[in-house]
Amino acid sequence: MSGRIETGMDLLLLGDNQFFGINHMSEEKARAQAIRFQDTDAIIDVIDIALDNGIRTLMCTTHERIAEVTDHVRANPERYADYRFYPCMPYAHKYANAVTDHGMLGAVRQFLPEEGLLNAALRGGKSLMNKDIEGIITLLVDAEMKMFQGLNTPVIFLQNVVVDLMLGLGFDEAFAIFDRHVRERYGAEPGFITMNLPMLLDALDRVGVVNPIVCANINEIGFRMSGGIEAYETALRERPFRPVAMSVFASGAIAPQRALEWIHDHANVESIVFGASSRASIASTKNIVRELWGTDHIH
Amino acid sequence: MGVVGVGKMGLSHLAIVRALQDVELVGVVDATDYLLDILNKYTGASTFSTLEKMLDEAQPDAILIATPTGSHASLVREALEHGVHVFCEKPLTLSAAESAELTALAAERGLVAQVGYHNRFIATFQEVKRLLDADAIGRVTHVLAEAYGPVVLKPKGSTWRSRRNSGGGCLYDYAAHPLDLVHWYLGAPQNVRGSVLNSIFSADTDDEVYSTLDYADGVSVQLSVNWSDESYRKMSTSITVSGSQGRIVADRQEIRVYLREGADIPDGYRAGWNIKYTTDLTAPVSFYLRGEEYSAQLESFVGAVLAGEKEARQNSFASAAQTDRVIEWILRDAAGETTEPSAAVTPLTSQRRGLFGRGKRA
Repeated sequence: MSGRIETGMDLLLLGDNQFFGINHMSEEKARAQAIRFQDTDAIIDVIDIALDNGIRTLMCTTHERIAEVTDHVRANPERYADYRFYPCMPYAHKYANAVTDHGMLGAVRQFLPEEGLLNAALRGGKSLMNKDIEGIITLLVDAEMKMFQGLNTPVIFLQNVVVDLMLGLGFDEAFAIFDRHVRERYGAEPGFITMNLPMLLDALDRVGVVNPIVCANINEIGFRMSGGIEAYETALRERPFRPVAMSVFASGAIAPQRALEWIHDHANVESIVFGASSRASIASTKNIVRELWGTDHIH
Repeated sequence: MGVVGVGKMGLSHLAIVRALQDVELVGVVDATDYLLDILNKYTGASTFSTLEKMLDEAQPDAILIATPTGSHASLVREALEHGVHVFCEKPLTLSAAESAELTALAAERGLVAQVGYHNRFIATFQEVKRLLDADAIGRVTHVLAEAYGPVVLKPKGSTWRSRRNSGGGCLYDYAAHPLDLVHWYLGAPQNVRGSVLNSIFSADTDDEVYSTLDYADGVSVQLSVNWSDESYRKMSTSITVSGSQGRIVADRQEIRVYLREGADIPDGYRAGWNIKYTTDLTAPVSFYLRGEEYSAQLESFVGAVLAGEKEARQNSFASAAQTDRVIEWILRDAAGETTEPSAAVTPLTSQRRGLFGRGKRA
């Protein structure tokens, strides 16, 4: 492995969209979930139910309320001895709102822990040097990682809004910077979330990010699989990468049994991230997965 | 194609433009040097400090304008006069007269001129249009057009969005969207009344907008918009259409349709409730960023340009100019001025405000 960090991922990862009122199918359902999870205890309950079902990974945005979850986990080290977080950053709305309030650079300045670096470059109207951009990206990552201090974060993801923005812009270098920083500073593996899987794999190839962890929508109906379901199937068959499937139920449009059967038969994924909020659906997802992949494969 | 303005929307458009098939990005224009430097260094984009320079040196066939609204008119005019197709962010301009002039100029030059009212590219809202065209809910009597979201949540803000004279405010930024959908579904209203532009946090512009739009035969539209509403995670636009044979409720994710027994039921529907989701209705796009609609609108624009068409397939300047006109009416009505077409409505307006106590608070 020549010093390269590579950790295995569990087959089932718990996602967090359901906790924050995100549902790609129904705003009404999203609102109901937002109401149900407005106390962090309700989130922790679901995490615990999942843990009791052998699901020991939370793949979560760096939403400020996750900080309350990480506080709880830090406070109960025995219960969560083997627990792992896969942070997904940034929580994009936080930045979008800041851009509305302060403009593009004002927003960056707001989120940087120290102002010196950016200001030095901007005040004189000088152009930004390469190391400055790398510095800004890494400082932003560090700011997002603060809430996970002392916890196990073996994989750190870049959110799709940022990945796909950089991908469209042709800012490939950003992926390499993120990759380097996550490995060097956190001893973790970088992951990339995208709605444009085939196109992203090409970009990661170009900047030498090898065998990357990539999380993308993978479902039978081709929901948000840009580039087309066939291109996805080809990529899953032929490209060297470590796929994490999300939106496997297409926000509820496909029944779980059928959705997971399709994944099992069509996509050789390493992990599946799913967003359940009830004991019954967590248990049933686990059971379907056990049935399809075999009993030892939850992790 | 060239892109003018790389703020929040512009950057996202730029990414989509670059990712579009059959499109070459020839230049990016912005007033901020450091953004241009970064784009040039890391993405190889050619950058220009003014539109004029880009038009001269890069000679784009088409440009996309995503600058603050106050600057749209002069940039659009300059591009059209150079014979360049234009995709402009919404609203088109801050003056209905200017929007009408630009509409005429684009038509005269035979250029594709489109405005970024992306809701018309959202599958659920397209389904509403299809149902209304098929008279699925009979005679339409009323529309409730709403948009809510968390944009201005404190008395602060230092960008153009916080100033009405540069195109900031809930009316221009948020209300323009449901107004555009209403125009698409019902055409232009006859007048507006009962308009309220109220500030919740903003010092120099409005944070909530309410108005009634009148159409022929007693058809009315109620507009209710608030961009200081944190209970919505992000902008949420919805349309409720009431008709003699049923009702349609749509947002960007789902469409719920109630059809009365005996209504002229379209294929795929039944009497009673029908619910369809974006997951079933939405056609895939070649590149996805923040929503299929952003790519779909640009695919439509580029498609029209490449096919040598003389006008936009959707969201033409002409239709956006109508929305700008109604925005102007709402501004005047809220200020207590008479709206153009029927002066007789004005006294009613003030009387209603008195009745409901919804006058603008200081």
